[in-house]
Amino acid sequence: MTVTNNAPSGPSPDVAGAGTDVEVAVDLITVVVDGVEMRVPKGTLAIRAAEQLGIEVPRFCDHPLLDPVAACRACLIEVEGMPKPQPACAQVLSDGMEVRTQYSSEVARVAQEGVMEFLLLNHPLDCPVCDKGGECPLQNQAMSVGRPESRFTGAKREFEKPINVSAQVLLDRERCVSCARCTRFAEQIAGDPMIELLERGAKQQVGTAADEPFDSYFSGNTVQICPVGALTSASYRFRSRPFDLVSVPTACEHCASGCSLRTDYRRGVVTRRLAWDDPDVNEEWNCDKGRFAFAYLNQGRIESPMIREHGSLRVASWPEAIDAAARGLATARGSVGVLVGGRSTVEDAYAYSRFARTALATDHIDFRARQGSAEEAAFLSSKVAGAPVSAAYDDLESAPAVLLVSLEPEDESPIVFLRLRKAARAGTQVLSVGATATRSLGKMSGRLVSARPGDEANALRSLDDETRALLGQPGAVILVGERIAGSVGAASAVLELARETGAALAWVPRRSGERGALDAGALAGLLPGGRPLTDEQARRDVAAAWGVEAADLPSEPGLIGADLLEAARDGRLSALVVGGVELADFADPGLAVAAVENADFVVSLENHHSAVTELADVVLPVAVVTEKSGTFVNWEGRPRPFGQVFRDALTMSDARVLAMVAEAMGSSLPADVASIRKEMGALGPWTGARTPAPDTAPGASADGVVIASWRQLLDSGLMQEGEPHLAATARPTVAIVSASMAAALGETVTISGPAGSVTLPVVTGDVLDRVVWVPTNSPGCHIHADLGAVPGTPVQLSAGGAA
Amino acid sequence: MPLTPVITEHWDDPELFTISGYRRHGGYRALESALTRDPDALISLVKDSGLRGRGGAGFPTGLKWSFVPQNDGKPHYLVVNADESEPGACKDIPIMLANPHALVEGVIITSYAIRAKHAFIYIRGEVPEAIRRVANAVREAREAGYLGTDIRGTGFDLDVVVHAGAGAYICGEETALLDSLEGFRGQPRLKPPFPAVAGLYASPTVINNVETICNIPYIVDRGVDWFRQFGTEKSPGFKVFAVSGHVNRPGIYEAPLGITMRELLDYAGGMRDGHQVKFWLPGGSSVPMLTADHLDIPMTYEDMAAAGTMLGTGTPMIFDETVSVVKAVTRWLEFYKHESCGKCTPCREGTYWITGTLEKFEHGHGTEQEVETLVELCGQIMGRSFCALGDAAATPYPAALKYFRDEFVAATTTSADDQFDPVASYVFAGAVAR
Ligand SMILES: Cc1cc2nc3c(=O)[nH]c(=O)nc-3n(C[C@H](O)[C@H](O)[C@H](O)COP(=O)(O)O)c2cc1C
Ligand code: SF4
Ligand code: SF4
Ligand code: SF4
Ligand code: FES
Repeated sequence: MTVTNNAPSGPSPDVAGAGTDVEVAVDLITVVVDGVEMRVPKGTLAIRAAEQLGIEVPRFCDHPLLDPVAACRACLIEVEGMPKPQPACAQVLSDGMEVRTQYSSEVARVAQEGVMEFLLLNHPLDCPVCDKGGECPLQNQAMSVGRPESRFTGAKREFEKPINVSAQVLLDRERCVSCARCTRFAEQIAGDPMIELLERGAKQQVGTAADEPFDSYFSGNTVQICPVGALTSASYRFRSRPFDLVSVPTACEHCASGCSLRTDYRRGVVTRRLAWDDPDVNEEWNCDKGRFAFAYLNQGRIESPMIREHGSLRVASWPEAIDAAARGLATARGSVGVLVGGRSTVEDAYAYSRFARTALATDHIDFRARQGSAEEAAFLSSKVAGAPVSAAYDDLESAPAVLLVSLEPEDESPIVFLRLRKAARAGTQVLSVGATATRSLGKMSGRLVSARPGDEANALRSLDDETRALLGQPGAVILVGERIAGSVGAASAVLELARETGAALAWVPRRSGERGALDAGALAGLLPGGRPLTDEQARRDVAAAWGVEAADLPSEPGLIGADLLEAARDGRLSALVVGGVELADFADPGLAVAAVENADFVVSLENHHSAVTELADVVLPVAVVTEKSGTFVNWEGRPRPFGQVFRDALTMSDARVLAMVAEAMGSSLPADVASIRKEMGALGPWTGARTPAPDTAPGASADGVVIASWRQLLDSGLMQEGEPHLAATARPTVAIVSASMAAALGETVTISGPAGSVTLPVVTGDVLDRVVWVPTNSPGCHIHADLGAVPGTPVQLSAGGAA
Repeated sequence: MPLTPVITEHWDDPELFTISGYRRHGGYRALESALTRDPDALISLVKDSGLRGRGGAGFPTGLKWSFVPQNDGKPHYLVVNADESEPGACKDIPIMLANPHALVEGVIITSYAIRAKHAFIYIRGEVPEAIRRVANAVREAREAGYLGTDIRGTGFDLDVVVHAGAGAYICGEETALLDSLEGFRGQPRLKPPFPAVAGLYASPTVINNVETICNIPYIVDRGVDWFRQFGTEKSPGFKVFAVSGHVNRPGIYEAPLGITMRELLDYAGGMRDGHQVKFWLPGGSSVPMLTADHLDIPMTYEDMAAAGTMLGTGTPMIFDETVSVVKAVTRWLEFYKHESCGKCTPCREGTYWITGTLEKFEHGHGTEQEVETLVELCGQIMGRSFCALGDAAATPYPAALKYFRDEFVAATTTSADDQFDPVASYVFAGAVAR
């Protein structure tokens, strides 16, 4: 199949008599394509109109999401009244225009055949060893419109092969048809114009500047849209033939952008992942993490259940391990904490939520394996959990202004970044509350609203009138990132600002599972669908759905965040159930380790060996995304259901494992995705009074130099393991400071925090004075563990040191 | 038909390139008058004159100016195309060397007419002498108060930038020129939008050839009737013909449009002794060739078109019977292959293929099948490429084949050099002992 030719996404035609509801008034014009009269929106391109009739005009440079270049000339068609054939990909139709494609025009057919012959003359035709062979638009279109035999007998152009345009993306220049899709993508969509066409004539080739590789977070998209095998990824190159692959539509498990993906596998191993076409969400793009970071699926897996005996783990059978877990937890019933990972599916998170409240009779549950605050929990419970979509990708695109609070979309939600960039190119004003105006903000033509880390609430409460007016326009949107939890009063200030301006407010967590976990009630005080635990009616609803007595459900909100961990550490909680959590991700990893160490009994549901499994009493292996079906809920609140890639996988989902434990404890849980979805659907969202909104007074930034930080898209994240080519495209680990600070510091800086220090190269950037930006979790700088710091923590800087 | 030196009238004055030399012959008189007129009246004047672009396509100049939207709140630009790189074309560079102030005066009047405050002169980079002369003329004009702010108290501001190209034929194509001027790689832009609406920096822009602009001061100074007394209804005025090739006195001859090649040949001293015209091209390598049978056709846009060719740049190249057509066509195709910008498939790949094949013919290794294939390949480029460079590349072979098929057929067995002694075609042929 051809992966680069997409379903038509241009304006859709008015199908006569089909009775379609047209909500927006569009100017329709009448055109004739191959003798068929049709009505299309004004501005439609001939190639799109032909698609509506099911006619595929050959094309290489055309891409519905890129500006037309009309360079390849493969799509020439006849236009009534024009002496020369015209490129269908750039021919804007006007009322009454008659065009003829290869189906009814000999002129078009001959022109297309001629171009195809030219395209092949310098093409190596090494299809048998080319990765694109079998899914190649050049192959396919050469078959459909080309001549059976070439008349060219001369010597073909040759290039040294391949060259790296980045560590991950390779280029075999002799295969390139100069369609400029990759370069236009880099410039127009990603805003990373580090690849360009160089030289001229037949020597024209794609290339990079010598000292600037194509280290774009979105580089993999060029591989996907290259209509030939010129661009390949180091991770997939020579791995497989497309026709040997089985393709399954999936959803990305990495972040809350919620990309639709296609996963291809062969013989039980994922060979590659592609962005799938979802016009409402990721359009046809995704980020390199979602595309390339899947080697972890097969690495470091836990093979079988394990039980701790005489201090060390030993392999156990499933019945034995389930029994051990059930007995241990039954003993601790009522005094158990549940930690749910941020990349759980909504079905699994729901299982944890119900398991905690029923089998464990506890409300001590939190899905935020990161810095989290009570204020944030109140913000999420009052405003976000189970709430209908308040802003979607479309709304970003049409918003007059978008305010980002504690959110760096390119690193923390890449498709939000792409959509904001698209919006900004069409005039949306992007504003970002933070301490640094990044290159990424520049790509969105954004403006920084300065706030020292910790001072966000004050900054939000003292926005100037102009900014307030921008946000007061209909359609304005405020996007809040997960880091808002680290800034006292910021969530309260954002709620206030949204109320005051009328701007839509959406929460953009980083991880794919957080929104779903929130909706599922995997947070103390919150039952599924945004129901406040303290509300009697809410408890009754839920109890009925769960088949338990309302009186048996906990009615007092449990512990969350650091309180929960401290309780476990101090022996106030006797057991923990931990599912898919990395202890190093907590703001205080030492506390998290102590909590797991000190709890009497720890059950770990994990797919990989981890710090938790090291310490757990019972380890229950669970499925990774390819081995189960499920749903992620993206930041919009949009479900992203996905199917099971490996249908014969023997591993079980968290929900199924929890159901077995519950059963052994004399409780019950729905075990399969279908019944969980049914149960959640029946419960539906809460319509009663919600948890009260937080009203926390603004905090203040600490004195001295403070840390500003977030996680870079490509960093030390465990799910990126096993893909060195991807890792090599990550941004270097550096400390970014203002010019004056950089001048004082010199080439390297040693940053010392409460727990230690790191030494990093100094880079000058648009950063507030007395702020140092460092990545949260990148090689050479893990601020939680290395510095004992979070954003806003005061640190000492000293010039020099060996980076 | 007599010669009509206008732009070239005072080229015998060695000081014409200076502002005082230029003024001595009435220079900047037209500007003084233009600044007192309504800009729209100037556009109408040029429209009425019927002046057609001298850059090759012959587009009516006044009409082009009138496409610029007025009162649109955007800056307007004038860009002078001085990239002259067409094989055989050598008129703009001599004009800039000898009479640079005519260009500068034309630029000021044109900018005033189209309400441009910035004008650019994009000069082929390989000719530093021309760049120096024009830059000097701009400096002198600024010193004389013809450029700058509030020019001659009219409130009109204008600045002129002289820009050196970097040696690419494609940068003479007007939209590629704009990209190059903006600092990008010179490749033609997709139209629409046309430059008159969104040209340089996405603002309304007029692009005119050097010679076109040099006509303006004279038309303003002497009027439409004077201008229209030369040439024909459809091709009014005079033209700087640059005659090259096997003639005794190659050079610049300014004459009314409608003069014939035979007359121009006379002015150029005729063919070199003992030789006859074999083929000739009216205006650069991009127009189809003609033969000795076509010497009496008037050199106008319309008559040349009727004869199956184009006036082009109006710079005739004349070849005598010592020249191998196969070789000449191969050289031209090598040029187009080298200069193809690579953007579109037909030109990029077609010139690669055709040139390779012609090189085989040149060495006597063509095949009869390829004689026909080449026609088809040219057909696969003509009218299908992104810009006119591709069309130009597809022009020489079919035209040559029309008149000299025998030579291509012979080249399936006999090399061009064996068909035609190359030394015989050298200008200094007589001096070379074989
Ligand atoms: C490949 C190519 C090269 C060209 N080179 C020149 C040039 O060097 N000078 C020029 O005036 N026009 C050149 N042209 C024509 C210009 O595109 C444009 O038509 C001209 O500058 C318009 O000016 P005019 O209306 O005054 O003739 C070239 C066109 C093509 C396609
Ligand atoms: S590398 Fe591929 S996408 Fe890029 S220009 Fe070449 S053919 Fe097009
Ligand atoms: S943007 Fe997020 S959801 Fe999309 S591919 Fe990347 S990590 Fe996955
Ligand atoms: S015809 Fe195409 S390849 Fe040739 S110069 Fe024009 S745009 Fe470039
Ligand atoms: S698809 Fe239309 S020119 Fe390339």
